[in-house]
Amino acid sequence: MKDFIIPWGDDRDMGTPARQGAPVSLIIDGFEVTVPEGTSVMRAAAIAGISVPKLCASDNLEAFGSCRLCVVEIEGRRGTPASCTTPVAAGMVVRTQSEQVKKIRKGVMELYISDHPLDCLTCSANGDCELQDMAGVVGLRDQRYSPPADGMRTHFAARDTSGQVNPDYLPKDDSNPYFTYDPAKCIVCNRCVRACEEVQGTFALTIEGRGFDSRVSPGGAGDDFLSSDCVSCGACVQACPTATLQEKSVIELGTPTRSVITTCAYCGVGCSFKAELNGDELVRMTPYKHGAANRGHSCVKGRFAYGYATHADRILNPMIRESIDQPWREVGWQEALGFAAARMRGIQARYGRKSVGVITSSRCTNEETYLVQKLTRAVFLNNNTDTCARVCHSPTGYGLGQTFGTSAGTQNFDSVALADVVVVIGANPTDGHPVFASRLKKRLRAGAKLIVIDPRRIDLVKTPHIEAAHHLALRPGTNVAVVTAMAHVIVTEGLYDAEFIRARCDWDEFQDYAEFVSDLRHAPEMIEMLTGVAAEDLRAAARLYATGGNGAIYYGLGVTEHSQGSTTVMAIANLAMLTGNIGREGVGVNPLRGQNNVQGSCDMGSFPHELPGYRHVKNADVRAIFEGAWGVEIDPEPGLRIPNMLDAAVSGGFKGLYCQGEDILQSDPDTRHVAAGLAAMECVIVHDLFLNETANYAHVFLPGSSFLEKDGTFTNAERRINRVRRVMAPRNGYADWEITQMLANAMLKDAGRPLWHYTHPAQIMEEIAATTPGFANVDYAMLEERGSVQWPCNDANPHGSPIMHVDGFVRGRGRFIVTEYIATEERTGPRFPLLLTTGRILSQYNVGAQTRRTENTIWHSEDVLEIHPHDAEVRGVKEGDWVRLASRSGETSLRAHLTDRVSPGVVYTTFHHPTTQANVITTDYSDWATNCPEYKVTAVQVGLSNGPTDWQESYDQQARLSRRILPAAE
Amino acid sequence: MAADKLLRMANQIATFFATQPGRDQAERVAAHLKDFWGPEMRAELKAYALDHDADLNDLVRRALPLI
Repeated sequence: MKDFIIPWGDDRDMGTPARQGAPVSLIIDGFEVTVPEGTSVMRAAAIAGISVPKLCASDNLEAFGSCRLCVVEIEGRRGTPASCTTPVAAGMVVRTQSEQVKKIRKGVMELYISDHPLDCLTCSANGDCELQDMAGVVGLRDQRYSPPADGMRTHFAARDTSGQVNPDYLPKDDSNPYFTYDPAKCIVCNRCVRACEEVQGTFALTIEGRGFDSRVSPGGAGDDFLSSDCVSCGACVQACPTATLQEKSVIELGTPTRSVITTCAYCGVGCSFKAELNGDELVRMTPYKHGAANRGHSCVKGRFAYGYATHADRILNPMIRESIDQPWREVGWQEALGFAAARMRGIQARYGRKSVGVITSSRCTNEETYLVQKLTRAVFLNNNTDTCARVCHSPTGYGLGQTFGTSAGTQNFDSVALADVVVVIGANPTDGHPVFASRLKKRLRAGAKLIVIDPRRIDLVKTPHIEAAHHLALRPGTNVAVVTAMAHVIVTEGLYDAEFIRARCDWDEFQDYAEFVSDLRHAPEMIEMLTGVAAEDLRAAARLYATGGNGAIYYGLGVTEHSQGSTTVMAIANLAMLTGNIGREGVGVNPLRGQNNVQGSCDMGSFPHELPGYRHVKNADVRAIFEGAWGVEIDPEPGLRIPNMLDAAVSGGFKGLYCQGEDILQSDPDTRHVAAGLAAMECVIVHDLFLNETANYAHVFLPGSSFLEKDGTFTNAERRINRVRRVMAPRNGYADWEITQMLANAMLKDAGRPLWHYTHPAQIMEEIAATTPGFANVDYAMLEERGSVQWPCNDANPHGSPIMHVDGFVRGRGRFIVTEYIATEERTGPRFPLLLTTGRILSQYNVGAQTRRTENTIWHSEDVLEIHPHDAEVRGVKEGDWVRLASRSGETSLRAHLTDRVSPGVVYTTFHHPTTQANVITTDYSDWATNCPEYKVTAVQVGLSNGPTDWQESYDQQARLSRRILPAAE
Repeated sequence: MAADKLLRMANQIATFFATQPGRDQAERVAAHLKDFWGPEMRAELKAYALDHDADLNDLVRRALPLI
């Protein structure tokens, strides 16, 4: 047997996917190799270090056997089988190189080349072309087939040999902003079509025609890539062995020569990428095949939408101003930090220690977030720290903490491959978490059942080769009633797992809970009128979840962003405990986190009541750890949450804010209230890439660094700590952690206190590990070695924790909690008869600060209001009309889109564009336990309008004035 | 801070704990307020509650002396 090849760092294409099975030994070219049963001969050879020539095979796709280049000889078998489609057998003797197969391969290559242009030197795939490589490997030296002069056609010449126009020649399709499709270069290997199906699951591509007429085709006749169903994930581009599907960036910039493995800064899936560069110029991002979250796949945002990092809007110099009606003045770092520190210290001197605070960013690294909360606790000396998780998953923290003992999502993403019944509640994975959605869809195509609980018909409900078994299209705001009714069915029909409950949960609490939930008022028939969900459907869904095998729940902000967000999270946890769907692969309760590091920012002590590791500030033993490390006394009382900060600002008690990488003016509810809060402050420090909406009210702007420009770690929704690596130098001069340190030191120096002295984020991680039990064994050396690790990672779990609660719940016994439905105070009535719910779209991310500054705007250039045709008709609204959307909080205008995705009585929009101002509409109602805003339910009225409202116009005017920058002094 | 909003938030917390089994609901409301609200917010709620007793959820009324 050949020497073992360490897989880490080796991202060779092994030809066909890995298999699991009993070991099988065979001989390949004289070497013995042992592989799992079901492995292809091609993969076995690759494991032995022998690359069999191939064109149509790739190890992220099932073998296809079309190119005939990978033929081999097998002793005792007739002919020359394709090694990609031939599984290994014990004792098999394979020869990958012989006179016969060499001749066949050369013949195959000669035919391929006869219909392929020979413009290699000027081709965009030069040096990165498998066709070119294979021509080299088989030793192709000439090509005997030249077209006769009587008009024979190829696929690559615009005119045939007689000079006539060639109808088989198709021009390049460059409709997609990020890649081109050049049919002239296509060898019809099918890899793009298979990637679209098997990896992405969109089925946008097909092969049209037969034999010589076969062509790759996006969608139907007349479609190009942009108008087709293509979601621009790029899997086809990655799969293409030639220049047929090619990144425009490569065409423009050339093939990259170096690469750095890093982590995507978009959603909570946390995909690993290879950033490929020439010098410090980023050429392309390709998903890293050993990335444990994404397994080599990506979406349009991560792969393509990185142009914001070099966008002209990016601010690269610090700026200050005395008051927000003045234009910005560019200054040096020293002056900006001195100005900020003096103001913050002045505010504290005048209004007290607690009059200032921070907002940490879920887009920044763990190390940066840790420093920002340390800034408020150890420098400002209060607990006024919060993070945008407040407005998304804070109810998850509370709800799962109460029931299981930790806010942690219970699974890794790989787990979905073993689920039998998947329940998606209030989440839209194909748009919000696209790479997870692809993995989910793969499992659903293989037979797992799907239950969708969502007011809106999300794509997953019915998409190619997938149809949800049940779509419970509930009325917004009735989650608790629906989930509790599912528990009613499970308990009253005796479908619960008594053995699991007795072994793992508190039996007395279960008795209380069972009695509560069995009451007739929770029966599906009783809540049908309230929730709009047919009782029979709900019963069938509950039975399926309880009895269909491994049941996995995935949920999003449609669960948390309600007055009863925390209660719904507990109701979900109850369901999982009732059915024993916790503590192993294929099951679990999985919050789909919105932003790249929202998990990490929560872990790092961003909440005002918790120190890093979710430990309450009231605990003296926990405070002692940090007091020892930081040399300060820590306030034992909780500080202010974001909404509390804004309320306190309006009433005059909160005066200074350091806001890193978050745009609260656009993302937080009730924009007018947020604006009033910000306007009342005396020092707002915004630390960001762009002059975002919040910066309209800022006095100090500290330019931030992009994820490409710094070292650190992100923690994704499966608790996976992934390295972020510096790919290029920060364009603004400093990584964000350095800027926070400089601000801290500016304040500490004034106060004559000891300064911070971090020189690398690895040292910050050392401090995190030393103070936080779940991170005890995490360090950069380990992350280099293993790639990533899922916390808790300590002496008890030295290799991390892919699955939580395996032998018992973190809190000991799982706790059932009574979940009574209590209607939100936000009610529809004659003035506001419709319910508005909000969400996301695939091509845009959060407030859009990044994606709006990329070509992604081609898919979504403005927010639109989805309204059911019935509701539209009675209001005289037609497709594309400007409509006025009004609630008790405010009003805005946007265009209408008529669709039956939403039920009558429900309207829907996104909040990616500041001009729409969707959050002018949302109210200040919030989750009872955590103050997470109720984004998902607002009573509204819709009527025709002539265009933007006065508010939108005055807002726009104020924003323009506020963004003025004085020309730098000569 | 808008004290009426604090009262609304406190009542909302009480509404949840009122549905929970046991006899310690008021204590649990108090514990929640102490865990998640800073002392200034608690003090403001208490001050406001003096003049707005009629608007208080009973559990909030019973929890106030405990915070």
